[in-house]
Amino acid sequence: MSTNSVSIPSQAPDKAQQRRSFLLVVCCTIIGAAAQILIKKGADTLGGNPTMVQTALAMVLNPALLAGFSMYGVSMVLLVMALRHGELSLLYPVFALTYVWVAILSVLILHESMNAFKLAGIAIIVGGIAVLGKGSSA
Amino acid sequence: MNDTPISSMVWVLGGSFIGSFGALFLKIGAGKLKSSLKSVITNWRLGLGIAFYLFSSVFFLLGVRKGELSVLYPMVSLGSVWTLVWSKLVLGEPFTRPKFIALGMILCGIAFLGMGTR
Repeated sequence: MSTNSVSIPSQAPDKAQQRRSFLLVVCCTIIGAAAQILIKKGADTLGGNPTMVQTALAMVLNPALLAGFSMYGVSMVLLVMALRHGELSLLYPVFALTYVWVAILSVLILHESMNAFKLAGIAIIVGGIAVLGKGSSA
Repeated sequence: MNDTPISSMVWVLGGSFIGSFGALFLKIGAGKLKSSLKSVITNWRLGLGIAFYLFSSVFFLLGVRKGELSVLYPMVSLGSVWTLVWSKLVLGEPFTRPKFIALGMILCGIAFLGMGTR
């Protein structure tokens, strides 16, 4: 397989770098989740059936929407920085943490309810990420 | 549990497939980055990766309008499974047992979260 692999200079990262990449992706997911909550809050102020123009204007003028989309941009930059070192197949699944933060923030900020299914889901996802985290430093 | 339209599943599965190419091109592009602004702007692989991501989010938005999130959420994260395959085929990253275990747990957890959400 190595013959048709794309050669990337940073293919054999050291462990510290791999761990740093892992933590960067975790930061990414926190920022991405906050962005989603802000976009949800901003979208709620748009009303029932906004036109394309209203939506486009709101993306620039509505502080919550503007902040939300800017944070998406920031998380994209962090993701690219993280991907410079480390394996894609270890880093990409960490993105599932976004679901965990969104579930927690939805309860805290949007006052949605917490239930056994959500708690179980959060626990299993975090367990899975922990397995990846161990794999990335092993 | 059976009121997730096939069309929603197709949108979401399509989105996860397209999004996985976003991840792949971002990774290849990121590996070629140097510390000059020019190398960021002229990096077409990064641009392509971002374009794939934006395109996939349109599919997701169309997909999650109708249907059960417990079905659709894990389908969104199937993108991780495609990405695992491209990582092996294109980047030459090894399949390891922790990767499979972690991915299985994550998909399962996301299904639970989806069940609790509606």
